[in-house]
Amino acid sequence: MDIRVERLCKSYGDQQVFRDYGALFPEGKVSCITGSSGKGKTTLLRLLMGLEQPDSGMIHGLEGARLSAVFQEDRLCENLSPLSNLRMVCRKRVSKQELVRALERVGLTGCEEKPVRELSGGMKRRVSILRALLAEFDVLLLDEPFKGLDAETYLKVTAYVREEIRGRTAILVSHDPRDMERLGGVEFRL
Amino acid sequence: MKDSITSGKAGNRKRESIRLWAVALWLVLWQLLSLKIGQEILLVSPASVAFRLAELVGKGDFWRSILFSFERILLGFTLALSMGILFAALSSFCRPVREFLQPAVLVMKSTPVASFTILCLIWIPSRNLSVFISFVMVFPVIYTNLLEGILSTDPQLLEMAEIFRLPLVRRIRYIYLSQVMPYFRSACTISIGMCWKSGIAAEVIGMPKGSIGEKLYQAKIYLNTPDLFAWTMVIIVVSRLFERVFLFGMQKLLEKLERM
Repeated sequence: MDIRVERLCKSYGDQQVFRDYGALFPEGKVSCITGSSGKGKTTLLRLLMGLEQPDSGMIHGLEGARLSAVFQEDRLCENLSPLSNLRMVCRKRVSKQELVRALERVGLTGCEEKPVRELSGGMKRRVSILRALLAEFDVLLLDEPFKGLDAETYLKVTAYVREEIRGRTAILVSHDPRDMERLGGVEFRL
Repeated sequence: MKDSITSGKAGNRKRESIRLWAVALWLVLWQLLSLKIGQEILLVSPASVAFRLAELVGKGDFWRSILFSFERILLGFTLALSMGILFAALSSFCRPVREFLQPAVLVMKSTPVASFTILCLIWIPSRNLSVFISFVMVFPVIYTNLLEGILSTDPQLLEMAEIFRLPLVRRIRYIYLSQVMPYFRSACTISIGMCWKSGIAAEVIGMPKGSIGEKLYQAKIYLNTPDLFAWTMVIIVVSRLFERVFLFGMQKLLEKLERM
């Protein structure tokens, strides 16, 4: 089902972020929300996630949908290993070997059992991305998912993500125009 | 490094172990001071204490006294631990419970051991005194620390749990346990020492027959300083051993839970 945003209004005190905003995010496609800082990209994502409520307006198409997300912050359990962070969101019992193979796909090897707090920023980011992809979802929401990745890792990870979300509904927020190109998305400019 | 939900910021620092050279130096200073004073009734020497301890260890009564006090203090600690966890969990999502318990916790924290002990002697037999006293000393520490740990859980992680629709059991296992463990560990370390000190202190006042407290009281009235020091050493050793075994067991259990 397409995700329809109708006449969305949201403000924080005197600052109005959205006034009668509308958009249609097509099912089975990648939608890229772009815009300069402070335009409300993350706010829109939070409204879609249901973490905040609009002042008025409607969001259709997400009722009962299973969401998954890559947040702007990593939001990993720092004391746990990447394996545990991944296992946390997996509905079915997943073997350690499967999770290790998944980590290898995003270039993470040898750190499966280390606490996440010992990993670099780029490594944590990859764990967050993998966590979002391993969870069962109908809609994937990504907020600046590839920040902090070096050039080589960026290419590897974006290729992996593109493959994994092919034919699935994803909404991406990004400053970087390359992200839209790499994932093959449709732009929605705020 | 092995992953552990107890190895938070607090656990990451190397716990400082007691250095043998420092212990040896203190023993030497103690011995010298004892020789200087020259009266064992005022300050017994470490050698005399060691000798007396060796005598006591060979007696069945010695071990029975340790068992008597240990069982009761352990029971009080265990009850306080269980109820502290239960009520902290309840209080974390039910404000009326938190507000209802607040005055009681404050009273438990502030009331001297002696006041509780004398009150208890009116209500319960002296042989179970240390159960109650250990409980009232440990419960507020466990409850307060755990509640703080739960309420300090990173709200961003809780949002993440909402988005990923994590069941409560997984939230507890992966998020709350991880966040709360440093607080819990700290609370246990503090309260194990406290429950021993207060439990024995209560026994000295109440003098349940066959307890370590009774032995301390007898040492006091007969001015038997070697016995007093020997039993004090026993209390320290048992308390420290219990702390180590308990924290080690807790660590292993949590590592196993996480890997399930």
